[in-house]
Amino acid sequence: MAKQNPMSKALVRRETIAGYAFMLPSLIFFLGFVVYPMIQCVYTSFFDATMNREDIFIGLANYKELFQDKTFLGALKNTVVIVIVSVPITCIFSLWVSSVIYDLKGFACSAFRCIFYLPVVTGSVAVAVVWKWMFNNYYGIFNYIGTSTGLIEQNINWLGDERFALGCIILILLTTSVGQPIVLYVSALNNVDQSLVEAAEVDGATKFQCFWKIKWPQIMPTTLYILVITTINSFQCFALIQLLTSGGPNHSTDTIMYYIYYNAFKLYRYGYGNAMGVVLAIMIALLSALQFKMAESK
Amino acid sequence: MKTKQTKHVDVYKIISVIIIAILAFTFAFPLYWIIIGSFKTSAAINSATPQWWPEEWVLDNYRKLFSKQTAALWDISIPFTSATFSGPTVPAAIRWLINTVFMAVAAMLLTCATSAMAGYALAKKRFVGRTLLFSLIVCAMALPKQVILIPLLREMASLELYNTIWAVIFPIVGWPFGVFLMKQFAEGIPGEMMEAAKIDGAGEWKTFYTIALPLIKPGIGALAIFTFINSWNDYFMQLIMLTSTKNLTISLGIAKLQAENATDFGLIMAGAALAAIPIIIVFLIFQKYFTKGITMGAVKG
Repeated sequence: MAKQNPMSKALVRRETIAGYAFMLPSLIFFLGFVVYPMIQCVYTSFFDATMNREDIFIGLANYKELFQDKTFLGALKNTVVIVIVSVPITCIFSLWVSSVIYDLKGFACSAFRCIFYLPVVTGSVAVAVVWKWMFNNYYGIFNYIGTSTGLIEQNINWLGDERFALGCIILILLTTSVGQPIVLYVSALNNVDQSLVEAAEVDGATKFQCFWKIKWPQIMPTTLYILVITTINSFQCFALIQLLTSGGPNHSTDTIMYYIYYNAFKLYRYGYGNAMGVVLAIMIALLSALQFKMAESK
Repeated sequence: MKTKQTKHVDVYKIISVIIIAILAFTFAFPLYWIIIGSFKTSAAINSATPQWWPEEWVLDNYRKLFSKQTAALWDISIPFTSATFSGPTVPAAIRWLINTVFMAVAAMLLTCATSAMAGYALAKKRFVGRTLLFSLIVCAMALPKQVILIPLLREMASLELYNTIWAVIFPIVGWPFGVFLMKQFAEGIPGEMMEAAKIDGAGEWKTFYTIALPLIKPGIGALAIFTFINSWNDYFMQLIMLTSTKNLTISLGIAKLQAENATDFGLIMAGAALAAIPIIIVFLIFQKYFTKGITMGAVKG
């Protein structure tokens, strides 16, 4: 800053005071309800903490227990499955939809965008309860469609069957997670430098070449952002699990987020839950860093 | 040759649009099913053959929803005293709606006010520690906010805010996405305008209020609608912070109904419609601003 306009010490001080004065209201909330709990989360993970009792320091015992806890490892596996299945599908599906609808004339593009965003706006509870009904063993439309078209021989208890429950959760998760990527991709595709596309078309490039060689590199930052947010969202898949299966049947739909909640609210094991939170945060941070690295190398 | 190629591409496009249109219908279907279901008779709901269009429209489900539980319309307690003023007794669902609207509006106003100021400072003030603060904000945004649920819970309990609507509002306001978004908008404020104001003798606050604020208004609009919709639907925070019937939000209320009446789908759909319709209307009206909020937040990615 000294290079551009040499500022006197008094000016620097004035700017700093003004800057912090403007930051203050926001900082109180940010430090108080985001940063402080994050520090607490790491700190308490080294304690045996529960209700109405002083926390007892136990070092790394929570972490040791974590990696021997079969339920936690199962939840970890389910979470990874959800992420691995839903993130690529969400990204590819939304890119495909956006690439088709972004240059539609007039009303059509925003109508499509709006409809694909509807499940997000509807809210996780309303979405969860209606899917619960649709998946119902006796009154659900999936069983009706399945049996009347002959795809399945008899009614399936979709959410109560270990083989299908996680798949059903992922399906619902997909419908609620493509909305935002589509909005982002449509706007990114509209911002692609049109002169380059036209020049390539004059040179006889096919639509596919145009897309791959010109548009794709330009929407790369958007893709990266979408990858990061969909990964975080899939890691945090919670409401659907809590409302639809409560982690069952037989722990087949436990996720880390649900297991943290379970430890906090059913077992009151705060320290143990925090240790899980720390592990989850580290996993997400590593994955985001990896995605950035991959994007950079391209 | 050339015309043939374009024709081929158009076929691909037409087929794709048709497939997407069909998919769009399936995406909209759950919402349709909620609304239709809420008007069906219990016989129609409990039959193995679904009625795609109800043969008979009834209001029974809504009647049941509004007669299930009751709560006072409002409770205003005076701080540091035990005095509480309660409103008339109404169906609990109405109280839940009021709670939700209050929560979303308070979160929206607080977020917009604090973020506009902070974003302006981060973009336009050259103060010591600015870069550090900004990196802290970006890092915090990349972490999942749900992992801090247990520390937040204990913090709210020790602040005696647990089971009050403020326990839901404050973490939403603290979430730094708004600051990040407002910084993006505030960077567009021309420096000359601020210099001119300074030469005219305007103080810091006046410069912000008369020069910066009008220029970042579209950004504030985007942030406002974004915060409103997100806090309305932030089930997780509501679930861990609110317990007593009168303090529930509409989402929690529906979840509670579902837990208590697992198979009364008509009643649950009426609740789901009550929770979803208002927010969908808000979304449709302010769609433009909302889209802007989403895309601006991603620019720096």
